[in-house]
Amino acid sequence: MIEIENVYKSFGPLKVLKGVNLTVAKGEVLTVIGGSGSGKSTLLTCINGLESIDSGRILVDGVEVHAKATDLNKLRQKIGIVFQQWNAFPHLTVLENVMLAQVKVLKRSKAEAEAEAVKQLNHVGLADKLAVYPSRLSGGQQQRMAIARALAMSPGYMLFDEVTSALDPQLVGEVLDTLRMLASEGMTMICVTHEMKFAREVSDRVAFFHQGVLAEIAPPEQLFAAPKDPELQKFLSATH
Amino acid sequence: MFNYSFRWNQALNSLPEMLQGALVTMEIAILSMVIGISIALLLTLFRLSRNRVLSSIAATWVEIARNTPALFQIYMVHFGLGGFGIHLSPYLSLLIGIAFNNAGYLTENFRGALKAIPETQTRAARSLGMTPIQAFKNVIMPQMLRISFLPMTNQMVWAILMTSLGAVVAMNTDLYGVTSELNARTFRTFEFFAIAAVIFYVITKVITLSARLLAARLFRY
Repeated sequence: MIEIENVYKSFGPLKVLKGVNLTVAKGEVLTVIGGSGSGKSTLLTCINGLESIDSGRILVDGVEVHAKATDLNKLRQKIGIVFQQWNAFPHLTVLENVMLAQVKVLKRSKAEAEAEAVKQLNHVGLADKLAVYPSRLSGGQQQRMAIARALAMSPGYMLFDEVTSALDPQLVGEVLDTLRMLASEGMTMICVTHEMKFAREVSDRVAFFHQGVLAEIAPPEQLFAAPKDPELQKFLSATH
Repeated sequence: MFNYSFRWNQALNSLPEMLQGALVTMEIAILSMVIGISIALLLTLFRLSRNRVLSSIAATWVEIARNTPALFQIYMVHFGLGGFGIHLSPYLSLLIGIAFNNAGYLTENFRGALKAIPETQTRAARSLGMTPIQAFKNVIMPQMLRISFLPMTNQMVWAILMTSLGAVVAMNTDLYGVTSELNARTFRTFEFFAIAAVIFYVITKVITLSARLLAARLFRY
């Protein structure tokens, strides 16, 4: 379970999160929507401790992310994150990209790591690209590789930060299909996205952020059909 | 007005001695690079660290190595340290002096290379649970070494040429030292130094060419 309690975060004078409260249950698929600068991406990087917070607290399986005693490297093994920029490691093949952290962080043997990597790459449809360097892959393929790389760490949670925003339109579908597949398998996921159709289909709940505040949260059928928050109404009419 | 008669035979007879010297020159250059790269990696980490003391050690090293003559650096190691009662052989003084210089230049090269690697690479590595050191070693460093491979080759060439500065610490077993002694015995200055120059040229050419081949093998991405 991920529990976010009254979290404030600012970058200098800019207040990005203004008292966010949110709980994501095991197995839930939450999508987060909102305009740029609404704080939704920052929230994800706070959850895995890449960013500090000013006040409040975030608990992942009861462990407080920003507590001094918390071993962040350990905690991050539970939380996979995939970014808008997929960040393939260019000097490693696709297979090696997915093996690296398993061997170095989880201390799996090369053979175990390779078996897991092959399994995950198969899963995301890259079984025929194992020996290829990322520079030879399309953006969509690189993004799917990044997803496999995160999944290979056997995380309990997956965070997706606008993973289709940097892709050519024709490549968006294959990545969203991968996310749909994960959702149907019961992975606990938080997806920050601009893909409304996707949000409507896969989410258990949809959260709308506006200017650092969680303005509305509801199951998709409710949130999209009858938005209560006036900003959300504006946002939806602009994106439809 | 120009009645110098070349005596190449005499000089060529000493070729084995000179080639022996060339081996010493290569040995010093290679060792100085191994030491220089190791120290430069360490200094690069110092530079990235938030610790003020460590980052200023790195900065000072780079400043001195790059902004004072290599000759002074070698001289200081030999005679400067000698003043404190630390007496090093000409060989060691030359090796340490060149390694010091290499480390300074390479640290600066590494810094340039690091700037070319997106910050998001570290972020991706850290998100997978890697410690800062693991991320540097497995993700950043390999990319950094590739980007700075060419400058490293240049530094290797420069290290070969710098061995001739051993002259100031009475180094007499390297290519320059051997040539200089042969010259002192025979006064066939032009012949000996011309041959030595050709040997230097061949060594540095071989280095640049093999570096190019190595790069093609190492960096397939």
